[in-house]
Amino acid sequence: MSTTESSTESRARGKAPAGERVADWADGRLGIYSLAKANMRKIFPDHWSFMLGEVCLYSFIIIILTGVYLTLFFHPSMNEVEYHGSYVPLQGQLMSEAFNSTMHISFDVRGGLLIRQIHHWAALIFLAGMFVHMMRVFFTGAFRKPREVNWLFGFLLFVLGMFTGFTGYSLPDDLLSGTGVRFMEGAILSVPIVGTYLSFFLFGGEFPGGDFVARFYSIHILLLPGIMLGLVVGHLILVFYHKHTQFAGPGKSNNNVVGMPLLPVYMAKAGGFFFLVFGVIAAISAIATINPIWSMGPYRPDQVSTGAQPDWYMGFSEGLIRVMPGWEIDFWGHTLVLGVFIPLIIFPLVLVAIAVYPFIESWVTGDKREHHILDRPRNAPTRTAFGVAWITWYMVLLIGGGNDLWATHFHLSINAITWFVRIAFFVAPVIAFVVTKRICLGLQRRDREKVLHGRETGIIKRLPHGEFIEVHEPLSQDALHTLTAHEQYKPAEIGPTVDENGVERKVKGSEKLRAKLSEAYFGEESQIPKPTVEEYKEITSGHGHH
Amino acid sequence: MKKLSARRRHPAAALVVLLLALVFSGGLYALFAPADQAKADETAQSLAIEEGKKLYAVGCASCHGTGGQGTSDGPSLVGVGAAAVDFQVATGRMPAQQPGAQVPKKKNIYSQAEIDQLAAFIASLGAGPSVPTEAEYGPEGADIAKGGELFRTNCAQCHNFTGKGGALTHGKFAPSLEGVDPKHIYEAMQTGPQNMPSFPDATLSEQNKKDIIAYLHAVNGDETVSNGGLELGGLGPVSEGLFAWIFGLGALIAVAVWVAARTAKAKKS
Repeated sequence: MSTTESSTESRARGKAPAGERVADWADGRLGIYSLAKANMRKIFPDHWSFMLGEVCLYSFIIIILTGVYLTLFFHPSMNEVEYHGSYVPLQGQLMSEAFNSTMHISFDVRGGLLIRQIHHWAALIFLAGMFVHMMRVFFTGAFRKPREVNWLFGFLLFVLGMFTGFTGYSLPDDLLSGTGVRFMEGAILSVPIVGTYLSFFLFGGEFPGGDFVARFYSIHILLLPGIMLGLVVGHLILVFYHKHTQFAGPGKSNNNVVGMPLLPVYMAKAGGFFFLVFGVIAAISAIATINPIWSMGPYRPDQVSTGAQPDWYMGFSEGLIRVMPGWEIDFWGHTLVLGVFIPLIIFPLVLVAIAVYPFIESWVTGDKREHHILDRPRNAPTRTAFGVAWITWYMVLLIGGGNDLWATHFHLSINAITWFVRIAFFVAPVIAFVVTKRICLGLQRRDREKVLHGRETGIIKRLPHGEFIEVHEPLSQDALHTLTAHEQYKPAEIGPTVDENGVERKVKGSEKLRAKLSEAYFGEESQIPKPTVEEYKEITSGHGHH
Repeated sequence: MKKLSARRRHPAAALVVLLLALVFSGGLYALFAPADQAKADETAQSLAIEEGKKLYAVGCASCHGTGGQGTSDGPSLVGVGAAAVDFQVATGRMPAQQPGAQVPKKKNIYSQAEIDQLAAFIASLGAGPSVPTEAEYGPEGADIAKGGELFRTNCAQCHNFTGKGGALTHGKFAPSLEGVDPKHIYEAMQTGPQNMPSFPDATLSEQNKKDIIAYLHAVNGDETVSNGGLELGGLGPVSEGLFAWIFGLGALIAVAVWVAARTAKAKKS
């Protein structure tokens, strides 16, 4: 493209090196020079928490690679066959071809079990990584403008990841996953009016039928990962486009990014990190077994085992069902199974609660500016408290999902745990909210104290007249900047209710609500005013004691 | 003769005649009674029952009543059979330490001989299942795969896929079957201890029980190999999830911190 002149020049001096000629060839067709020029020096800030997304990306790649290997040997069919593989305790048992081929992968394919375990462990870690990555973004306020869309991309990835995981977990058609599919069928059946039709549509007739493994297979290996791959690409393009956020600090502003360039530093780091992630997951897969389907046996609708739980990311839905009272009402000759239907309704609401939060916050603050500097969680107490409350909610449901194991391992009554979860479902998030907010305010006070009075050195000095004082060491300019760089909002006011002609205008309900919420967010009760320059000067000019 | 007739009115005469008659009839009995062997057994059995009764009076009677008839603190033991006693006492569950949702197993303080005596006493109260023999619970002629199918159909809903145990309502639980003596598994199926339903031979035949025991030995025995590495308790996705979070994500975060801490130094120019 832009290099025709230079290449003729180099030809005049003799043949250009092979590498240069290949690069020229590629540039003429792909435009790599301008692409590289724009992106090679792209700066990324350094912080360990910015690498959580990378953990997810790499485990996703590992899942795809191992998944491809598994498809080479897996038969997504529910035809009944008799087992004659290497595992003795299942000899001669009837099972679906799906289960049989998974047994074959586990015992008779070279490296099959290791790859299966890598695939499954990587899936658990992928979801856990996304959870933590999402919480990092949440608590630092990285979802604010311009990154709201990317927040939603990430959220969708998490939800799709859950369902991809669930469909994959169901494929081996073992007794554990079959119970999970049965659970799902029950939830679908509880939908009023259309539940039965939906279930028959999904399973091609009465459960379990002979279709669902093949259908879940298409969904698991094609539909959902395809959408996810697209979202991942979009997610990364947006990260490039928005540039990465950074924590406040000297030299860091809303208009710059301080860090290391993509090439060579980040390419080396990220490339190396991929192999570290692969190594850790492979090591775990070599050490610990996951989903040992040979212990569980093939699925049969007339069998069930205790301790039948989904993988962790679906655990909260299990909790919702386990703790819900078994309500049922009879409505005009139709049975409404509220004990299952209500959890089915709450299930998406739990997820949506965290997904919509950024939009609620931006509406309350009314802030339309771009934000590239991250908040320290303590400096946004209401947001932090909301996030902790949500995590608490989620964890309470996870406890409910594993209530039987809590009962056996802590020698408790399962009924007591169920009641604890029922009450904590409503109470624990509120307590978590209040406690977190108080802790954040306490930390803000501490920061204020540190800025104004310096760091406590622990050195006790005795003055000539006998008084003991502790020596406080003033903070450095850098530290002072970091502690005071955040911006504090003022609560929004409703504004004049009378226009210039003295005519009273109607105040909308939404305006009042917003003012109220804003007061709750940024009122006197919700933030500690950060020290002003005057205060700092006053205190450091020698008038005050500390 | 005179001497004899002179003493026939002696006050002790009746007693002497009685003694002679007893000796005579006893002698006749000794001559015509059934074989010696059986007689010796009968004595040992009654001795065992006698000894068992003493043990029972010390260890069991306070809850189950002096005659095994049961009280408000413990059920009647009439008809539970020797198998139930052998299971409950040999696994240390009985005598119970304290009342509760379920009596857990603990260290057994009775010798096998004492347990047999107790069992003999309880068996004497009413007919019940007897202690199985090695031929009944041993591994010969067992079909492991069939046992697995039976286990998943009848046992797994409380005891988990491979007998790792599980929770029941109100603090009750199905215990882990790891390291349980095959004899005791057989007895538990036969008698249905505590919260467990019983599976008499009409429900699960002798062969079925043998198969189940062989399956448990294969998947949850001392020589069982975990094919995929650490089995994390064999409890399924909850322990796997916990492991993925703590060791999987934990290790990756540690690695991320390590990588982030090692960065290229900006060139001073």
